[in-house]
Amino acid sequence: MQFNVKLFAYFRDNRFKERLSEYPEGTTVEDVIRSLDIDLEEVGVLMINSRHCTLQQEPQEGDQLAIFPVVGGG
Amino acid sequence: MADKIFRVNMTDLTAKVEDVPEAWMGLGGRGLTSTVVAAEVDPTCNPLGSKNKLVFAPGLLSGTTAANSGRLSCGGKSPLTGTIKEANAGGTSAQLLARLGIKALIIEGQPKGDKWYNLHVTEDGVTINEETETLGMGNFKVVETINERLGAKTGVITIGPAGEMKMLAANISVKDPDNHIRSNGRGGLGAVMGSKKIKFISVEPTMNKVEIADPEAFKTANRTFAKALVDNPITQALAQYGTNVLVNIINEAGGLPTKNFTQGQFAGHEAISGETMHDTIVARGGKPKHNCHPGCVINCSQVYADMQGGYRTSGFEYETIWAFGADCCIDNLDQVAEADNILDDLGLDSIEIPVAFAVAMEAGVLEFGDGAEVIRILREEIGKGTPLGRIIGCGAGSVGRTYGITRVPVVKNQAIPAYDPRAIKGIGITYATSTMGADHTMGYTIATNVLGVGGSLDPLSKEGQVELSRNLQIATAAIDSTGMCLFIAFAALDDATCLPALIDLINARFGIGLVADDVTNLGKTILKTEHEFNLKAGFTNLDDRLPEFFKEEPIAPHNVVWDISDEAIDSFWDF
Ligand code: SF4
Repeated sequence: MQFNVKLFAYFRDNRFKERLSEYPEGTTVEDVIRSLDIDLEEVGVLMINSRHCTLQQEPQEGDQLAIFPVVGGG
Repeated sequence: MADKIFRVNMTDLTAKVEDVPEAWMGLGGRGLTSTVVAAEVDPTCNPLGSKNKLVFAPGLLSGTTAANSGRLSCGGKSPLTGTIKEANAGGTSAQLLARLGIKALIIEGQPKGDKWYNLHVTEDGVTINEETETLGMGNFKVVETINERLGAKTGVITIGPAGEMKMLAANISVKDPDNHIRSNGRGGLGAVMGSKKIKFISVEPTMNKVEIADPEAFKTANRTFAKALVDNPITQALAQYGTNVLVNIINEAGGLPTKNFTQGQFAGHEAISGETMHDTIVARGGKPKHNCHPGCVINCSQVYADMQGGYRTSGFEYETIWAFGADCCIDNLDQVAEADNILDDLGLDSIEIPVAFAVAMEAGVLEFGDGAEVIRILREEIGKGTPLGRIIGCGAGSVGRTYGITRVPVVKNQAIPAYDPRAIKGIGITYATSTMGADHTMGYTIATNVLGVGGSLDPLSKEGQVELSRNLQIATAAIDSTGMCLFIAFAALDDATCLPALIDLINARFGIGLVADDVTNLGKTILKTEHEFNLKAGFTNLDDRLPEFFKEEPIAPHNVVWDISDEAIDSFWDF
């Protein structure tokens, strides 16, 4: 199964902006984050297809998973 | 020495110093400006006439060593919205005014002839002087001229050519520590200052210190407070990327209004994002971190450099970058930075004007994405006060009315900023009910709707949004009275030590014993005072509505419309 992972802010450093990869069925958002060696504590916002999601959610074929650190502005 | 009220009458060109009335003692910042305006300004008056007043007030903690406490509130009746208005900004003047013992500076009346004036503020009072040299000058040149005339430490509060021409989007600018400026941006208070024929106010530098009732307690509270700010991950991110880190996240959430509010995502988002901006600033040798007043420990501002590494603009905010970028479809950060710098110099609101440009683009005045033409119009039309320049300089509503456009994103004639209320519904409640027209800073539901700060609430759901906006608007009104920058709210919402420390600071400063409920009540009272003013000015609940097109035109990618009922909106005021 393939889905797209997008990283933002400093999560991009030494990683990537966006990558389409193959994942086994049943991969959770948390699995993806761990596989990228991102500290779960630093994760702020998660979205699948522009909707907020949880760490336990399983992205599906063709989905867009966006991972943001804790950020703010205004 | 007790704080004083400085009052200037521009009709007969006199100034006096008054004691602070008992009822105003516990107030500062927005709480004070709104109280003075509600007490002294006829709500039905013409905002550009002699009956309106312009009130400046440092916050309760301004002038002290408290972190982030240097914001200056400015209030009056807004010529853009017709409502009460408070705008606050950084810069060095709030701290100077507080140290001079000035609780508020109230400017009333209007001179009869064509002469212009400047006001010079010292510990002893205000002198009114005829001004000629700086007339027609942009803000940067004004600051330079005053520095030469009165010394570089002098505080400067000024209007640019837009304020002199009484454009309704004109702002009031305050000199920052680097001789650049920060602005009391929204609602056209620069036009009010222009209507009183005041080009600038200079504030004498001082070595005075603000009196602290309990210095030890103050120090302890300030340590806790500053630590809560510095340790907060969001404030850390603000230092690295500035507020513009929001472009990508709001785009991803489908709430980035694009092409005059016809789409919720912008194809060119990467080019204008906080990530790109940060890399560009670092590569060119600008400063990714910068503060708008001494004592800020968050440093969300930055100095954006041009290709040669020279100054291009600073205080380059998400909302401005969104507006020129996504809303006008200009995917070129250098052009956006240049436009931002021209707006700073002319003294114009950098949300209202780009949103007005997007409406003008829809009207065919220029093409979407034509950054070069935007820059030309800013310099040649707005800067010179041509008819087209004045139409755009009076805001998005003015452009819409002039060209017969119905998709005009305004509430109470003030432009809606960078978050689409169809896709992020809490902010729609804030736009609709704010006492000052559409303004995200009045109740920043994005924190909870999108960023997961202060809990989380689904941005597309109708439930809970009124309550969220109400709680934030109450808290914001209180924070705006302290002299604190609103960005302390990120720490305040998520760190249990932050708000108590802030209250301890106020208590130690004045030797009083406020508790959390008092602060909430202060926020409520301010909102009600402002609302009351608006009702007397002729506004009703029917003005607390979003433009029609939000209900009728679904926005991609979520294909949603604004669907919160009028009854639900009206329930906002049930407190
Ligand atoms: S966080 Fe930003 S806006 Fe707030 S005081 Fe600091 S530099 Fe100014």
